[in-house]
Amino acid sequence: MLQMNTLTITTTINRRNYTLCINPNQTLLDILREELGLSGTKRGCEIGECGACTVLMNGRAVNACLVLAPQIEGQEILTVEGLAVGEQLHSLQEAFLEHEAVHCGFCTPGMLLSAKELLDENPNPPETDIRFAISGNLCRCTGYVQIVEAIQAASANKPERKP
Amino acid sequence: MEKEHNIVSTQQRRVDAWGKVTGKAKFAEDYNVAHQLYGKVLRSKYPHARILRIDTSKAAQLPGVEAVLTAKDIPGSKVFGIVVKNQAILAEEKVRYLGDGVVLVAAVSKEIAEKTITLINVDYEPLPVLPDPETAMQPDSPRIHDDSPEYEFRNTFVHHKVRKGDTEKGFAEADFVIERRFKTQFIEHSYLEPEAVLAEPSEQGGVKITGSIQNLFSSRRSVATFLNLDLNKVEIIQTTLGGSFGGKDEVMTAMCCRSALLALKTGKPVKMVNSREESMLESYKRHPYVMYYKWGVKKDGRITAMEQRCIADGGAYASMSPFVTWRSVVQATGPYHCENVKTDVYAVYTNNNYTGAMRGFGSPQVNFAIESMMDELAEKVGKNPLEIRLQNGFERGAVTATGQKLEHNVSLKEVLTKAAHSSSFAKKWNDYRHQPPSPKKNGIGIACSYRGVSLGAEGTDAAGTIVSVQTDGSMIVSSGITDMGQGAQSAMSHIVAEVLGISLDRIQFLNTNTSRVPDSGPTVASRGTIMGGSAAKRAAEIVRATLLDVGSKMTGITAEALDLRENYLVHTLGETPVPPGVESGDSTSRRCKRLASFTELAAETFRRGKPMYGFGWFKSPKTSWDEEKGQGEAYFTFVYGCNVAEVEVDTQTGKVDVVEFTSVHDVGKAISRGGVLGQIYGGVAMGLGYGLLEEFDFEDGVPKHLNFDEYLIPTSMDVPPVKAIIVENEDAAGPFGAKSIGEPANEIAAPAIVNAIFNATGQRVYELPANLERVLLGHKLTRKGERGSVRKSAAETWTDASCKIRHKATDE
Repeated sequence: MLQMNTLTITTTINRRNYTLCINPNQTLLDILREELGLSGTKRGCEIGECGACTVLMNGRAVNACLVLAPQIEGQEILTVEGLAVGEQLHSLQEAFLEHEAVHCGFCTPGMLLSAKELLDENPNPPETDIRFAISGNLCRCTGYVQIVEAIQAASANKPERKP
Repeated sequence: MEKEHNIVSTQQRRVDAWGKVTGKAKFAEDYNVAHQLYGKVLRSKYPHARILRIDTSKAAQLPGVEAVLTAKDIPGSKVFGIVVKNQAILAEEKVRYLGDGVVLVAAVSKEIAEKTITLINVDYEPLPVLPDPETAMQPDSPRIHDDSPEYEFRNTFVHHKVRKGDTEKGFAEADFVIERRFKTQFIEHSYLEPEAVLAEPSEQGGVKITGSIQNLFSSRRSVATFLNLDLNKVEIIQTTLGGSFGGKDEVMTAMCCRSALLALKTGKPVKMVNSREESMLESYKRHPYVMYYKWGVKKDGRITAMEQRCIADGGAYASMSPFVTWRSVVQATGPYHCENVKTDVYAVYTNNNYTGAMRGFGSPQVNFAIESMMDELAEKVGKNPLEIRLQNGFERGAVTATGQKLEHNVSLKEVLTKAAHSSSFAKKWNDYRHQPPSPKKNGIGIACSYRGVSLGAEGTDAAGTIVSVQTDGSMIVSSGITDMGQGAQSAMSHIVAEVLGISLDRIQFLNTNTSRVPDSGPTVASRGTIMGGSAAKRAAEIVRATLLDVGSKMTGITAEALDLRENYLVHTLGETPVPPGVESGDSTSRRCKRLASFTELAAETFRRGKPMYGFGWFKSPKTSWDEEKGQGEAYFTFVYGCNVAEVEVDTQTGKVDVVEFTSVHDVGKAISRGGVLGQIYGGVAMGLGYGLLEEFDFEDGVPKHLNFDEYLIPTSMDVPPVKAIIVENEDAAGPFGAKSIGEPANEIAAPAIVNAIFNATGQRVYELPANLERVLLGHKLTRKGERGSVRKSAAETWTDASCKIRHKATDE
């Protein structure tokens, strides 16, 4: 077997604290998918081009395939599995359902998290900002139209915008 | 009176979307079982070579390795293919492209499997590489398949023809002849999910395969003959599929066969997953075509003769080429009147990746040529592109190039007019022709098409869907038609819900399993809704009849006066509006009285021992084809579509931005409104990639790009706002009048864009994609020729390049 010195790190994933024993050459994507069974984060290209593995690290969208596992020490990670709180879907998830923004669904988790980063920063972004925010997330099915519509709808629906 | 629908044609959620927004959807790579091994394949080192010796002795000794297999270990048929059975699952004597698999390994971890691959030594005798189909056709070219029959030319394995009238006479009558050469490129499907399967030995000596597979039944046939098993011993289950677009067929068949062989040899589950590099290296592509078009035309714009000669690069194996090129030959002259037609389409073996099914299936190529020719014709006779199409286009009763009389509602002129009107085409086209000189120029272009629905005379065309009502009134639906993300499950669910008057949340749609649903052919050719949907309608109607019969016995009211609406059995009291105060649960305000809930009705049906199960089978209407005469009733119905693209061309760089886009399609009936819109938007985006960006390039059989850093597909910044217009002329052949949209949506964006570029610049692009160099310089830039300081022989050059790829692909 290929042996390697393991490291022990602590991290927060989807609001839960973990102490993990990792190989330093593992990526965050490996940790999520192989070690924790959080397979909602997708493996599409492994070179940071397709965006299917996008997760939030301290609120910033990152490609999990490009983050080495030791880098998540002390960080807060949010994946698609952590978007809903209990049974309550996030407004973006609801909007994606409502606007048919989901076709094959492989890009969806990454799209949702890129969109969340945007809306957390600017609750009411113009369409150009939405398109820019998801430009690192490839989608081959939708032509992006319904995804952009869904993000617009979620931005308008945000609780803080209600009178 | 038009029947009102409660579900069909309304805005409804997709039945598969909840799992996909929560991360619970399980794609192929997400499946794992205890004690699984990891399979890997060693692929070829050369695009064309003889295998002299394979030495696996070192590899087999590595601790953790459980199997190292070659073609000699295959118990059954070593080759497969839908028409021509010559594709090797593991190459034995020869490799014919870089994606060919040679040795198969299974190990306890992915890392060990990858390491094992590097310990295998294969000796090759390199053979001359044939990367170009027109060269491969020359009589002195070596043969890529020694035993394959040849049609007219060397390495030519398909020749389809269409003959109508007399083109010589037609050209003699013509005032002008327009003659052009067009060329299209290889396209990578770029499904976001790379290929993956999990194969497990099953209890009775068979194998169960779970994976990202588009056409389960054809893959199953190949696995069975490969392993010498009966079909009932090979169970293939489709996982949620991360896109396919025609692409997860043969490449998945090979992966299924390989993983199944490893599983049976080791007695353990075996998982195989392609990296993106492996995926692009091995998977098949859309065919590049070289097309010679020659039309005879009159001064008034009529077409007197059309002569076409198309050569498709089939790559290393036949795959779907015989069918892809057949659609091309049928549709090669578009929806335009002409008495004299002669079309020849050839498919030729080369040492490039083999080419097969991809969304459009032989139409995007010829549509690019036809619709460019129409614009040239308009230019020649001084008409605008809309006028020329309205003048020559089909209407009901028109006779196609294959001699088929179109008896359905031929809505070509309706979609043309709607698209032109909605985009102010004629005015803008004229304005842009006369725009003042400027670095940035605008242009508008139009393209239209007709497309045969479903498989046509390609072969047997039938499908089955099963509706099973549970005792609590919930429903399980399954079908031989598969969902790849296009929304087939949703469309079939909407049809079932409509017929049974239930809400969609009662339906659980099962992913397709070859052991539990009947062989329904492949889910291709935009046949999901029309075939699977028709079968779903029949299945639901069988269940409905049983339920209404039980309802009648329960209530003493005749079945004719009963209906199922909004989860209730209701008594219909006529169609007059409900007076205030009268009980009615029906939001459509039709007068009716609720008698029992659907749940109660289901329970009662079960109590009375009636079947709560409906199996619907739908076989398409008859089609025909005479291969010799090149004539026939090719398809049982057709769809019509029109695209208008507006572009801005930077004349200093050649960069083209699509700024507006209008896409109009007659779909018969939109079963799922949002689904149809989604297909149109996605089809336009993919067509934009075809027109402007994408090119899977080879150099002497070596792919130049193996990931999305170099193979560019449109991002959210490339796709313009799309105006989608759905036209609904219900067709007798489809469920609720529905036809198809998946491929029509994708097949005319590129020519609309290229025509817009001409409108802006006065320069026509004859080779796709219309990227910066083609728009600015009029030709492609190439890396070919000497590079670096050392001159290398051709053989060394591609040896090195392929080693680099090997390294990249296996070192993931």
